[in-house]
Amino acid sequence: MVQLSSRQQSVSTQARAGSDEGRIVFEGVSKTFTRGVAQTAALRGVQLEVAPGSIFGVIGYSGAGKSTLIRLVNGLEKPTSGRVLVDGIDIGALSGRGLRDAQKRTGMIFQQFNLLETVRVRDNVAMPLRLDGISQAAARTRADEVLDFVGLSAKADSFAGELSGGQKQRVGIARALVRNPRILLSDEATSALDPTTTTQIIDLLRSINREYGTTILVVTHEMDVIKDLADEVAVMADGEVVEQGSVLDTFLHPRTAITRDFVTTVVPQGLPDRVLAHLGGEGLWRLLLVDDEVTQPLISDLITGLGVSVNMLHADMTEIQEHTVGQMIIKVTGPAEKVTAARAFLAERVVHIEEVAQ
Amino acid sequence: MNHDRWTLITPDLFGTALLQTLQMLGVALVLGSILGVAIGAVLALTRQGGVLENRPVSIILAAVVNVLRSLPFIILLFAIIPFTRLVVGTSIGVAAAIVPLTVMIAPYIGRLVENSLLEVPRGVIEAARSMGATPWQIFTRFMLPEARGSLILAVTIASVGLLDATAMAGTVGAGGIGDLAVSYGYQRYDGFAMLITVITLVIIVQGIQFLGTNVARRYRRR
Repeated sequence: MVQLSSRQQSVSTQARAGSDEGRIVFEGVSKTFTRGVAQTAALRGVQLEVAPGSIFGVIGYSGAGKSTLIRLVNGLEKPTSGRVLVDGIDIGALSGRGLRDAQKRTGMIFQQFNLLETVRVRDNVAMPLRLDGISQAAARTRADEVLDFVGLSAKADSFAGELSGGQKQRVGIARALVRNPRILLSDEATSALDPTTTTQIIDLLRSINREYGTTILVVTHEMDVIKDLADEVAVMADGEVVEQGSVLDTFLHPRTAITRDFVTTVVPQGLPDRVLAHLGGEGLWRLLLVDDEVTQPLISDLITGLGVSVNMLHADMTEIQEHTVGQMIIKVTGPAEKVTAARAFLAERVVHIEEVAQ
Repeated sequence: MNHDRWTLITPDLFGTALLQTLQMLGVALVLGSILGVAIGAVLALTRQGGVLENRPVSIILAAVVNVLRSLPFIILLFAIIPFTRLVVGTSIGVAAAIVPLTVMIAPYIGRLVENSLLEVPRGVIEAARSMGATPWQIFTRFMLPEARGSLILAVTIASVGLLDATAMAGTVGAGGIGDLAVSYGYQRYDGFAMLITVITLVIIVQGIQFLGTNVARRYRRR
């Protein structure tokens, strides 16, 4: 991938100079689908900015409008109102040749891979270059380079039907990368894959982002994908962005109910109802700890320093955005003023503390 | 009638008839396939949600196809005689039969081709669009290759239907195997003539089907 790396260098220089290459901006974007007299608002006033070289995740349940959102970026759909700027160009204003040229600067991968079943893997990957009129020999040489990068050299002569799901997605990724795009769009690319394969594909996407500075816009309904892959996240519901921020921040301080639901799929936040009923709510707290906070002797400080008794009900730890995030649910009992003091003590030592909802 | 011979047909007569059938079948199939693929492509591309969505073109072409397909071949054969004269200068003989045969088979192949093209997964076409492929590239590099197995089966089905229709072409003096069966086997009570034409037709149909199935299998998805 010599071509890619040399190009990448010049691109990052430009990026530092404030270039728009690789940047995606949604400016008050709405999209309404009309079928007969029925109108469906798929997007309502979406405002987002994806920085060049970042990995941006969009999460939402099906029907939230996230698929429409990603399809606006490469002009598969046009906004009803507002603008979608890609590399600083208003993509919705383009058509015909201008649109096709813009589409050639982004790569896209799909849930169902969408490979040609009747041509070999190498020619699937070479296809975008063949569309550009590049000779078959040159296109195949380049395809082999990219297949090598995604670790599928051995399957170049196979047909898609002979590959596993993960391998098919690697072919899809190779095909999307063959033109050195600055932007990669991933539409539920891991949703048809098992957890192990999902992790491998996520690792591959991360390495693409790191090595070539490719902007990656990921649409998914899996919070695990956001946790392991994205830098920033936007949560969508009913055509609107309801919450947006860094992934770590969103995991630590989800502001909306829907975000909390998604966070719960990765970090379970509840106790069994029976246990809750038995314990009662007073002094029942959920603590979130980040990085160094995880290693402090919190519990023993509480017991010996503040003279309360502590019952540890739940503890787990996970890795988010290269940060260690710990969670504990504890029940603190003792005289009321000591419990209050314990809470104040904890509030200074951990990133987040809250009563566990009954 | 000559009662000395046990059959009225000679190898020459049979050979000529077979050649006429194969000519009608071959030429009408080639012309019909070219037109049919074009019709099918336009139907598939201009329909709602198609790559070149175009309501007027889609509606008009679909109507023409439906009209042509609603006519029984024996009626079409006579109904378009003025057109046939215009094209080949005569309304009798093999050349004159090829015109209505083509007019009959092209819309039929067109519908089959349309169906084959619509079987190509939407996702593949979306992937093509996302790569910035032109509508022509989408058709030639994505839809046609992905549909080719099913297209070959469609042409196979059409060939058998076409063979069926060539039997009626005898009524405009084009001869052929079917004419042999009618004018010797039926009208002159020549049982052998009837038997040999039936066997020949069965062999041709079996041959077409065998060829089509095997070629299609080779081109089907792996």
